[in-house]
Amino acid sequence: MTHASGDLLPYQGERGGSAQKKQGMLQGLMRSQATFAWLLIAPAALYLVLVVAWPLVETVRLSFTNANIGGEAYIGTANYEKLLSSRKLGQTVSRTFYWMFLSVSFKIIFGLIGATLLNAAIPGRALFRMLVMPPWIVPVAIGCFGWLWLYNGHFGIISGALQYVGILDGPFEFLAYKQSAFYSAVVTDVWVGLPMVTIFMLAAMQGVPRDLYEAAYVDGASRWYRFRRITIPQILPVIITMSILSIIWTFNSFEIIWILTEGGPRSATTTLIIDTYKMAIANFKFGQGAARAVIVVTLLSVFSLVYLFALHQIKKRFEAA
Amino acid sequence: MMDRYSLPHKVFLYFCVVLFLGFILLPFFEMFMTSLRPLEHLFRSPYQFWSDDFSFKAYSQMWETVPMLPRYIANSMLISISVTALALAFVIPAAYAYARFDFKGKSLSLGIFLAVNMFSGAVLLIPLYKLLRNYGLLNTYFAMIVPGAAFLVPMGIWLLKSYLEKIPRELEEAAFMDGASRLYTLRRVVLPLAVPGLIVVGVAVFLSAYAQQFLFAITFNSVKEFMPLPAGILEFIGYQSVKWNQMMAASIVGILPVLVIFLFLQRYLVAGLTAGAIKE
Repeated sequence: MTHASGDLLPYQGERGGSAQKKQGMLQGLMRSQATFAWLLIAPAALYLVLVVAWPLVETVRLSFTNANIGGEAYIGTANYEKLLSSRKLGQTVSRTFYWMFLSVSFKIIFGLIGATLLNAAIPGRALFRMLVMPPWIVPVAIGCFGWLWLYNGHFGIISGALQYVGILDGPFEFLAYKQSAFYSAVVTDVWVGLPMVTIFMLAAMQGVPRDLYEAAYVDGASRWYRFRRITIPQILPVIITMSILSIIWTFNSFEIIWILTEGGPRSATTTLIIDTYKMAIANFKFGQGAARAVIVVTLLSVFSLVYLFALHQIKKRFEAA
Repeated sequence: MMDRYSLPHKVFLYFCVVLFLGFILLPFFEMFMTSLRPLEHLFRSPYQFWSDDFSFKAYSQMWETVPMLPRYIANSMLISISVTALALAFVIPAAYAYARFDFKGKSLSLGIFLAVNMFSGAVLLIPLYKLLRNYGLLNTYFAMIVPGAAFLVPMGIWLLKSYLEKIPRELEEAAFMDGASRLYTLRRVVLPLAVPGLIVVGVAVFLSAYAQQFLFAITFNSVKEFMPLPAGILEFIGYQSVKWNQMMAASIVGILPVLVIFLFLQRYLVAGLTAGAIKE
């Protein structure tokens, strides 16, 4: 970047004639500061340009070709036309949004409930806080193999327990039917994402100044009132951050569905990411896969912009208050 | 006073905690129980909650069923450690720059870094595949290390930056005024002070690297010798039957290291991870 950018920075040290000499020195220091900072950032930036930015550009380019294992040729917008005219895309997109909506809502609601429980002053809470974490740190794939076994109709514990209490009158293969496979995948996705949401909300709750609660308590406010009128507004930025991060991760979520159902049965769990992967990697249709990836990236960018906008609004409201 | 709960209230709270943790821990509990049962007991219908001959046999048999198992575990470790080292090499200088200096384009470039978090590897698989193939890295450890590290760099920068910002500037300024070069100051003054933060960031990156290996492994690597554990345990799924008890035993052995690391460092990790997000 530019060498002279240091000149543009306002001098922030103490003022006055005696500082004249010092100011000259600091100016020199500042000037090299920008260069030095960019030198420090350069390796990370170059690495990400190579491994993330370039592939992103390449994905866009490939989406206009018929690239496959044999070669590639420019075919204009044919991939997109094919994609947009097929009825499947609409189904996949709405399924993806439904998947995202369910999973994120459950993560946020149960995250709030969990954080409230773990924040309550009851004996054992240090232990409880620790016991929440495992799904977050354990490899997602391994957790999913565990769920795969749990969902087994004949030998899994869920079907077994439901038969035992009489809800089911025979073995039920959760992953074999369209509806149940979809909701099972949602449950597993919630399981993977819930610990992190819970812990972040808990940290936010711990950061709420205690005197707010004490003042409300003295005024006779009930627990529920305090939760609604103090906790929720105070941790709202974190709720929003966690919502958008969950949206992005759920949208990108690949391993869970892939291990449980590979997108089946009969596409019932095929989200956009799974569709992209199937097309590109399993069928070697790179061009058509890339067109799907571009749609995914576009949607992700929209989510992120909405997020930035929401955070900005909240900040403004906080500053106004 | 405010925090005191009545008895029914307390019972209700504990009841909810048990439900909540029950959901979180159920798969681990069942994985463990499954690993203790003989295979023929697993395939009994209707499901039986109790078995009369629990044993740790699966934990010794699994090494025979999948002879490469130790190699898979070692691969997982090797890949995670390499990803951590590579990511930290990029993260440390960049985080320092963002924590200490003001320069034009600072917040914009930081925002771009964080935007990388938006993409999972899954979207970029096609060009990454081509990229790795062009450099001859497909089917090597690097096929899993290079993309793995890239997606963790932004998180690392963000975490370490928040930590470095808490270290007082005075020491650096003193060293700098004494004529030490900037790089020397970073190496000899800042880094030693930042060791606790570096450990938190390093462990967070390591845990994430350990958790995310599956996708890159099944897509960019087909060589058995290089497979990490999450992909390697697929071998328990045979043509005839799935050796679920041994597969679960191997899974438990595979997650034990990360659980132990986490157990020891959880307090620092949680504080470090949440600090950046909560500060605002």
